[in-house]
Amino acid sequence: MAEMDWSVVWKYREALWDGMLTSLKLFAIALAGGIFFGTLLALARLARWKALSVPAAGFVNLIRAIPFIMAIFWFYFLTPMIVSKFTGQQGEAVGPFTSAVVAFIMVESAYYSEIIRAGIQSIPRGQPWAAYALGMNYRQSMVHIVLPQAFRNMLPVMLTQAVILFQDTSLVYVVALKDFLGAASKAGQLTGRIVELYLFVAVVFFLVCFAASWAVKRLQARLAVSR
Amino acid sequence: MDWKVLLEQAPSGGMTYLGWLASGLFWTLAVSACAWVIAFAVGSVVGVARTVPLAAARLAATAYVELFRNIPLLVQMFLWYFVMPEVIPKDWGDWLKQDMPNLLTLPFAAQFSLWEFTAAVLCLGLYTASRVAEQVRSGIQSLPRGQTSAGLAIGLTLPQVYRHVTLPMAYRIIIPPMTSEFLTIFKNSSTALTIGVLELTAQSRQISEYTFKTFEAFTAATLIYIAITMTVIFAMRALEKRVAVPGYIAQGGGH
Amino acid sequence: MIDLRAVSKWFGTFQVLKDCTTRVAKGEVVVVCGPSGSGKSTLIKAVNGLEPFQKGEIFVNGISVGDPRTNLPKLRAHIGMVFQNFELFPHMSITANLTLAQVKVLGRSREEAEAKGLKLLDRVGLLSQKDKFPGQLSGGQQQRVAIARALSMDPIAMLFDEPTSALDPEMINEVLDVMVELAREGMTMMVVTHEMGFARKVAHRVVFMDHGQIVEDCPKDDFFGSPRSERAQAFLSKILHH
Repeated sequence: MAEMDWSVVWKYREALWDGMLTSLKLFAIALAGGIFFGTLLALARLARWKALSVPAAGFVNLIRAIPFIMAIFWFYFLTPMIVSKFTGQQGEAVGPFTSAVVAFIMVESAYYSEIIRAGIQSIPRGQPWAAYALGMNYRQSMVHIVLPQAFRNMLPVMLTQAVILFQDTSLVYVVALKDFLGAASKAGQLTGRIVELYLFVAVVFFLVCFAASWAVKRLQARLAVSR
Repeated sequence: MDWKVLLEQAPSGGMTYLGWLASGLFWTLAVSACAWVIAFAVGSVVGVARTVPLAAARLAATAYVELFRNIPLLVQMFLWYFVMPEVIPKDWGDWLKQDMPNLLTLPFAAQFSLWEFTAAVLCLGLYTASRVAEQVRSGIQSLPRGQTSAGLAIGLTLPQVYRHVTLPMAYRIIIPPMTSEFLTIFKNSSTALTIGVLELTAQSRQISEYTFKTFEAFTAATLIYIAITMTVIFAMRALEKRVAVPGYIAQGGGH
Repeated sequence: MIDLRAVSKWFGTFQVLKDCTTRVAKGEVVVVCGPSGSGKSTLIKAVNGLEPFQKGEIFVNGISVGDPRTNLPKLRAHIGMVFQNFELFPHMSITANLTLAQVKVLGRSREEAEAKGLKLLDRVGLLSQKDKFPGQLSGGQQQRVAIARALSMDPIAMLFDEPTSALDPEMINEVLDVMVELAREGMTMMVVTHEMGFARKVAHRVVFMDHGQIVEDCPKDDFFGSPRSERAQAFLSKILHH
């Protein structure tokens, strides 16, 4: 067994930190975009209008049937093409980070739409009825009555999915974006200290995700009591 | 669109690009199936351990689940493939990296060795075991408590209660979530491309790089993934019906 | 005020409403009763368009409910409805429950809405509960808040869908008292209920339904004096003898 040399982690602290910032940025944008578009997708799937519900269901089921990496490849390929078609510019106008962001938002919106759809369906029918009976329209009953309750019910599941999303950001490694894992990998190639760097990455991910999962469990227990 | 490109001769392997896709599918299924065996066996043991009245067993099982669930799959893949051979005795590590047989002799010849395949299977299997364990545990815990008491009351030992009462019901209940776990392993197997396993996603990307027909290559792989997903879902529905207990509503059914 | 003409509704192939015709005049109190599954809840929900129907017509204040061009939210804003399970909004305080629709639907100012809401809350005897959440109130209290919420919209008519059937027996009267008071003030009311005491006290007419049909539709005294159909007689004897 080879000797460990952990000083390499300290030596590359800035590159690793930059990588972590890239991971966090991707995480935050994908989370916000995923919840926003996921909500729209869920509403579309629940719509009585087939022209809306069928394509939405098709998109969600398609994304969920293929590997995350395959979806990243798809959007990495499609995004620059579609953008250049609309703007007339060449593909280089869209950087790899933007393509990765689009891929993550698309995949996460499909996953989140399933969570949010279940959340909306968990609200008793009488609630939108009561809203309608008071003269509210569809949008008002969703915004003020149904969605706030659905999000409250779904909060633990949505946060658990956020922890999974944070782990999944490491998959951008496949398009050579320098996220946390990518930065560690690069430093490992430069120094030959791959063992220390990958172990360090594993420990950091574990601590962050374990703490977050634990907090979600606490929150879940508290919500269960207050109900 | 130029679908005929898939029928052209590929630069290696003595087959067409369609052959590459078939080879990729073969390795995707091989990795998934082997990993599923590990996931199911280890996951069942760990899941049961989380419910037994023995604090040490519960603690160990919980530690297993937390450890494997809170590290990204891709990082785990690198730990198995790059890190493990370095931290075990040097002779063993060298044997893993250099002396494991190349897989060129197998059908759908592959340009990677048995070690890449083994690392991918171990990683996916042990990772998914933590998820399977959670399903097994929640399946057991969803059964009425009186079931265990009733089993003990008629004189069965605790292992007998698990063997004849608890587990037969729990496994029936968790067929739907287990189906989705199998599909998860199937999709996650694409992570193995990062350590050189030429599975389906890797092959479709390779075709796109050789032919520049990215759309066609990705579409073909996507259709294969969808076809397998649908096949598994239908097969599991059939299984669910066959093992259904009359008068007991399965959780997946109804609405 | 409320005019139902040959209303029919199907769930798939099952007909839940069969040619239902009745009306509620201004200031009139009509009680709808009948065994469970007779379609009375579906009928009252059809009045404000919560349950769509396939045949017939319903007019409220001269406006057709079934007409796709009708602005249903606008119409519903002026018909109060009280539900079996109260349906207060659990994520909002009592005050917010009372003011939300006034502000968002009627466009009243927050101050105006709150003044109105609290006045009505006081009227149902629950002013002290204004900052609580629905889950902290008893069933009877929640239903009284729900009535105040409906009244805060200045409705021209009130629909009650089994307002007391989800309540514990000791809470039924506090809700019925509010409803009796409302009836005596001349509110137009359509009430689905099994509370025959309430019907005797304030109803003008009683409608009896069975299997989706209106079997009896007559003045209160006729109904309790000598109901014509056997089904109504059987129903009355079952419900009055316990």
